[in-house]
Amino acid sequence: MMPELIFPLLIPLLTGILLFMSRKYLRVQTSLSLAGSLIFLASSLILLFTVLEKDIITLQLGNWPAPFGITLVCDLLSAIMLVLSAIITLVIVIYSLLTVDDSRKKYGYFSLIFMLMFGISGSFLTGDLFNLYVWFEVMLMASFVLMVLGGERAQLEGAVKYVSLNLIGSFIFLSGVGILYGKMGTLNMADLAAKLSLEPGSALVSSSAMLFLVAFSIKAAAFPFYFWLPASYHTPPAAVSALFAGLLTKVGVYALIRIFTLIFIQDIASTHQIILVIAGLTMIFGVLGAASQFEVRRILSFHIISQIGYMLMGLGLFTSLALAGSIFYIMHHIIVKTNLFLTAGVIQLFHGSSDLKKTGGLFRKSPLLAFTFLIPALSLAGIPPLSGFWAKFTLIKAGLDLNSMWIVVTALLVSLVTLYSMTKIWSEAFWKPHSGNSGITSEVSTPRWKLNIAGFGPMIFLLTITLIIGLFSEPFFQLAFRTAEQLLHPEYYIDAVLRK
Amino acid sequence: MYPLIFRITSRYLLPIFLLFSLIVLYQGHNAPGGGFIGGLLAATAFIMSALAYGGKTARKKLKFNPATLVMLGLLTAVFSGILSLLKGDPFLTGLWIHIHLPLIGELHLGTPLLFDLGIFLTVIGITLWISFGLLEENE
Repeated sequence: MMPELIFPLLIPLLTGILLFMSRKYLRVQTSLSLAGSLIFLASSLILLFTVLEKDIITLQLGNWPAPFGITLVCDLLSAIMLVLSAIITLVIVIYSLLTVDDSRKKYGYFSLIFMLMFGISGSFLTGDLFNLYVWFEVMLMASFVLMVLGGERAQLEGAVKYVSLNLIGSFIFLSGVGILYGKMGTLNMADLAAKLSLEPGSALVSSSAMLFLVAFSIKAAAFPFYFWLPASYHTPPAAVSALFAGLLTKVGVYALIRIFTLIFIQDIASTHQIILVIAGLTMIFGVLGAASQFEVRRILSFHIISQIGYMLMGLGLFTSLALAGSIFYIMHHIIVKTNLFLTAGVIQLFHGSSDLKKTGGLFRKSPLLAFTFLIPALSLAGIPPLSGFWAKFTLIKAGLDLNSMWIVVTALLVSLVTLYSMTKIWSEAFWKPHSGNSGITSEVSTPRWKLNIAGFGPMIFLLTITLIIGLFSEPFFQLAFRTAEQLLHPEYYIDAVLRK
Repeated sequence: MYPLIFRITSRYLLPIFLLFSLIVLYQGHNAPGGGFIGGLLAATAFIMSALAYGGKTARKKLKFNPATLVMLGLLTAVFSGILSLLKGDPFLTGLWIHIHLPLIGELHLGTPLLFDLGIFLTVIGITLWISFGLLEENE
C-alpha cells in the first residue's frame, strides 16, 4: 500500500485545473506550468526509485480490496514510462514558450498539456482494463483539443482523420473489454491473468485478444492501421507534434506490452507470431513512406511508424533479451524522436516552412542546430555508439538467438533506409546552399535569447540524455533487463495486486 | 419574442428545480440519484430560463461563469480525495461524520458527498457552457 503512488496523477490534474483558471495571465501560466512539470518529474523519479527498491507497488483507491476496487499498480515498466513522460513534459513546456502563440495559450494550451499528461500517467499506472479505457479517453480528449487548437485549415483536416480513427480504435477496445468481461467476470488485470492461467485457451478469449491487438495497434500506429499518423502529426504547432510524436503512440505500445505479457500469454505461438509479422510490416511500410516524403515533419512521422515496428519486434520474439531490447528502444526512441521534432520546429521557424525543397544552408546559418539534428538523427538510424545502435543491436541479437532470420534481415534493411532518410534531411536542409529565389529566408523575428533558452535549451538537454544512454548504456540495460524479467514473470504482478 | 406563459412559469419553476436537484444530490450515495443527475436537473432549470429570457439573462441568474463552475467542481472532487490522503488512507477513501439534528434526524455527511458535489458543479458547468454557447449563436 503506497499512498504516494497517487501523486503522478494528482499533480498533472491539479496543475491542469489551476492553469485553466489562470489561462488569461500568461506570466502565471509560464511559471505555474514550469513548476508543475518539475514537480511531476520529481514525483515520477521518486516512484522509479521506490519501485527499484521494492519491486511492484500497488494502491487500492478508496481502500476497496483488489478485484473490486480501482487498483493502481506501478512496476518498473510503468515507472520508466512515467519518468520518460515527465522529462518530455518539462521539455515541451519550455519549448512551447518559443513556438506556441499567445492566443493558443489564452485558450488553455498549457492546461490541456497537463490534462493530456494526466491521461497518460493514468494509462501507465492503472491495473484495470476498463480504467485503461477511461484513461485512454482522457488522453484522447485532451489530444483532440490540442490538435485543433488554433483552428487552422490543415489542422482541422488532420484532426478529422486523427479523431475518427482513434474513435474507431476506442470502440474496438471497448468491445474487447465487454467480451472479456462477459467471459471472465472481471477486468482487474491481475485477477484476469490469474483466472486465465487456470483456464487456458478458449475461443472467446482469443477473439478478445485480437480485438485488443487491433485497438492498440490503431493507437500505436502499427501496420495496417498507421495512416492516420502521417496525415495529422505535422499539422499542429511544433511543440504539440513533438509531444504527440514522443509520447502518444508509445502509450499504445505500452498497452500492447502490458496485456501481451500479463494477460494473453496462453497461446504465444500464434498471438506473438502475429505481433512479429505486424512488427516487420510496420517497419517496412513506415520507412518506405518516409523515403517518399519531402517535408521534414512528415518524414519524421513515418519514421515513428517504422520504429513502432522495432518495439513490437521485441514483444513478438518474447524472450527476456528481446523484451529488454524493446524497453531500451522505447527509452531511446521517446528522447530522440522528440528531439528531432523540436529540431524540425526550429527549421520551420528559420525558413517559414519545413518543406525540404524550400530549405537549405542551415549548417552555415546555425551550426548548433545542425549538431542538435545530427546526433539524434544518427542515433535514430542506429550508428554506434549512440543509443539507437544498442537498442537495435539487442533486438537483432535476440532475433538471431531465435533463428528468425526474416525479421532480422528486415530490421537491418529498414535501418539502412532510415539512414537514407536522415541523410536526405541533412543534405537538403543543412548542406545544400539555400536557393535565394524562394524568398522565405526571413530573419527570425523572435529574440535571440528566447531562441537560445526555449529552443536550443530543451534540444541540448535531450541530446545530453541521448548521449548518456548511448555512451553509458550499462545501467540502462540493466534496468531494461530487470523490467523484462519482471514482465516475463506475471506471477509477481498478480501477487503484488491480489495480496492484501 | 418570448411567450409570456413560459416566462412566468419558468420563473417559478427555477427554484423548485434547484431544490429538487439538491435533494437528488443528497440522496445519491445509497439511493438512485447523485451528482451527475442532480447536476443535469439544475442545468435544465437554467436552460429553461435561457429559453424563456434569452442567454444573457440566464447567465446573470447563474451568477457564475460556467467554466469557473467546472473548475470549482473539479477542485472540490479532487479535494474530497485528498482529505483521506491527509489522514493516511489511500486517495478517495470515504470519511464520514454522522450528525444527529433535532427535527431532521440522522444526517450522514462524508467525502463521497463532497465528491458528488464536485460532480454536481462540474456537470452544471459543462452543460451550461455548451448549451449557452449554442443558444447565443442563434440570438
